[in-house]
Amino acid sequence: MSRANLQAKLPVMITAVVFLALYLGAGLHFDNFLTLRVFFNQFSTNSFLGIVAVGMTFVILTGGIDLSVGSMIGCTSIMAASLMKFHHVHPLVGLGIPLLFGILIGYTQGVLVAKFSLPPFLVTLAGLFFCRGVALFISQETLNIEDEFFKKSLSEVSFHITDKATVSVPSIIFILVVAVGMFVSLRTPFGRNVFAIGGNRQSAELMGLPVRKTLIGVYTLSGFLGALGGAVFTIFTSSGNATSATGLELDAIAAAVIGGTLLSGGYGSVFGTLLGVGILGVVQTAIAFDGNLNSWWTKIVIGALLMAFMLVQKGIERAATRKVTV
Amino acid sequence: MKKLPPWGWAVIVLLLVLLFNLVKTPGFFEFHVRDGRIYGSLIDILNRATPVLLLSLGMTLVIATGGVDLSVGAVMAMTGATAACLIAQPTNSPLSSINVHQSIPQIIVISLFVALLCGTFNGMLVSWLGLQPIVATLLLMVAGRGIAQLLSNGQIITFQFPAFQAIGNGGTLGLPNPMWIGVIVACLFGLLVRGTALGLFVSAVGSNPIAAKNSGINPGRVKMVAYVLTALCAGIAGIIGTADIQAADATNAGLNLELDAILAVSVGGTFSNSGRFSIFGSVVGAILMQTLTTTILTRGVSADATLIIKAIVVVTVCLLQSPEFRNLFSKLGSFVPKKSGGVA
Repeated sequence: MSRANLQAKLPVMITAVVFLALYLGAGLHFDNFLTLRVFFNQFSTNSFLGIVAVGMTFVILTGGIDLSVGSMIGCTSIMAASLMKFHHVHPLVGLGIPLLFGILIGYTQGVLVAKFSLPPFLVTLAGLFFCRGVALFISQETLNIEDEFFKKSLSEVSFHITDKATVSVPSIIFILVVAVGMFVSLRTPFGRNVFAIGGNRQSAELMGLPVRKTLIGVYTLSGFLGALGGAVFTIFTSSGNATSATGLELDAIAAAVIGGTLLSGGYGSVFGTLLGVGILGVVQTAIAFDGNLNSWWTKIVIGALLMAFMLVQKGIERAATRKVTV
Repeated sequence: MKKLPPWGWAVIVLLLVLLFNLVKTPGFFEFHVRDGRIYGSLIDILNRATPVLLLSLGMTLVIATGGVDLSVGAVMAMTGATAACLIAQPTNSPLSSINVHQSIPQIIVISLFVALLCGTFNGMLVSWLGLQPIVATLLLMVAGRGIAQLLSNGQIITFQFPAFQAIGNGGTLGLPNPMWIGVIVACLFGLLVRGTALGLFVSAVGSNPIAAKNSGINPGRVKMVAYVLTALCAGIAGIIGTADIQAADATNAGLNLELDAILAVSVGGTFSNSGRFSIFGSVVGAILMQTLTTTILTRGVSADATLIIKAIVVVTVCLLQSPEFRNLFSKLGSFVPKKSGGVA
């Protein structure tokens, strides 16, 4: 591996090492932590976070941010639940309409950012308010889904790997999204445009790349993945709640940053984000396993981890620029 | 056409909302005097707008320097928890060793000191380490609420202390105290940015940090001041909030208020990286946000609609300020032949 290549891979490698250290450390400390059952459960419980974090990675790679994904989950989950419960539509339609809603909101945000040059955090903040408002407007109560097809073929389905370890539908969707996200970011023109815009928007424009179209595409993708996260959340909990996933957008940003994606854009990877989601999941599970630590320690530990990773990134960045200038 | 000032659209929308109320909501502009206090919808709006107003004052400077502060809600929770713990002295709190003997100045000073620490922390991350403001303040937004819960040991701390409560729900000269605090702090900010060179420095750093640095301004120090002032404002808002409800709720105090403040500032015509900012605009923006909320509630529309309407109003006002949007309209307008048009 060349030196430059090594330097580019360093943040992801550090994340991978930290993930393994945390995972093994927790495994040595707690009984039953290293079982396949706990491992696959991680995929289920973090599936919606992981899905929106993939979308967030694309947005951050262009140098933007999407704060609307958490409330998008709440909005689409309550929408799906109410469609199934009160309007008795087929579950696939009930989960499909919210997906269209997500695409529409994402597209609108993309147009506002790309065409009218409004700041991304402002546009998506308005999106956050809008989605949460729509969600509360639909219903303030938790709606349980009783539909037979929904239960039999989505929420209660699990595939046995061993007799105790199971893989659920949410985790399969999560893994698929990560795989497609990695492919799109690394092997398609769209992915290359995303990196180019994040690296230097002016250069990308001068090269004749479709900057606006790509930006609109990225926000539409994030809106779609937010809605898909909502669908997965609905399947995972078999219910819809308007206030669910409040603040999830920040976990998604944290996952991307911990995974080595630079917030200034142009640099990062979907695989890194997967590791970031893994680290957040291990911290949460370990604190739950301990039982003595209060839940607020999760927040403090995640904050401290986030800070440590940003300092490492800054250190690498400074070392790199020093080499260029000397 | 004379060019509108940056806050122009916010004022126009605020006047439109007030006009709507004049026509549609009976009694909106009425005042009653009861027990030496003046009551009325307008007073109520100004009183309730105070927390967001305070947050948006500091946020204006932060956004003008090209940053954003997401931690203000968590800072409110932390200062509120500190004040409540100092008063109620719960046994399990890390603060229980400090006994201030119910001295209000000491309570306020110690609570604001917590806010000052938070602001310095944010400022250090942004200006010295050069972290992106969104994540740098995200740290304290996530961890801060955890720290607030740690301070209050995860409980809602309640207290009975009438002299302190007066900060949040008492009145002076017939008007509620929070409103006075808001007015005083807003005037101080106005003096600070127009009476000293700080406003000029903030504009310079916001529009072009490199040029500012070359002309002898220390961008790091200007940003540091902006984040510290924001945290202090959040601290004051936190104390008011705790005094008002006579309790500190680490989970819910100031929740989502950072978003309201950012929206208020943006509506008021302050945009990041433009070097253009307006304290007056942010004051109008904060009042507009609260007027919208109160209007919706008095119209009997469900409170959830507030969020939707806020989002739509903010996007519309920001669009109106966007040059691209105006160009679009002037292009549409150019199909109509004008006095000096391209119609040959």
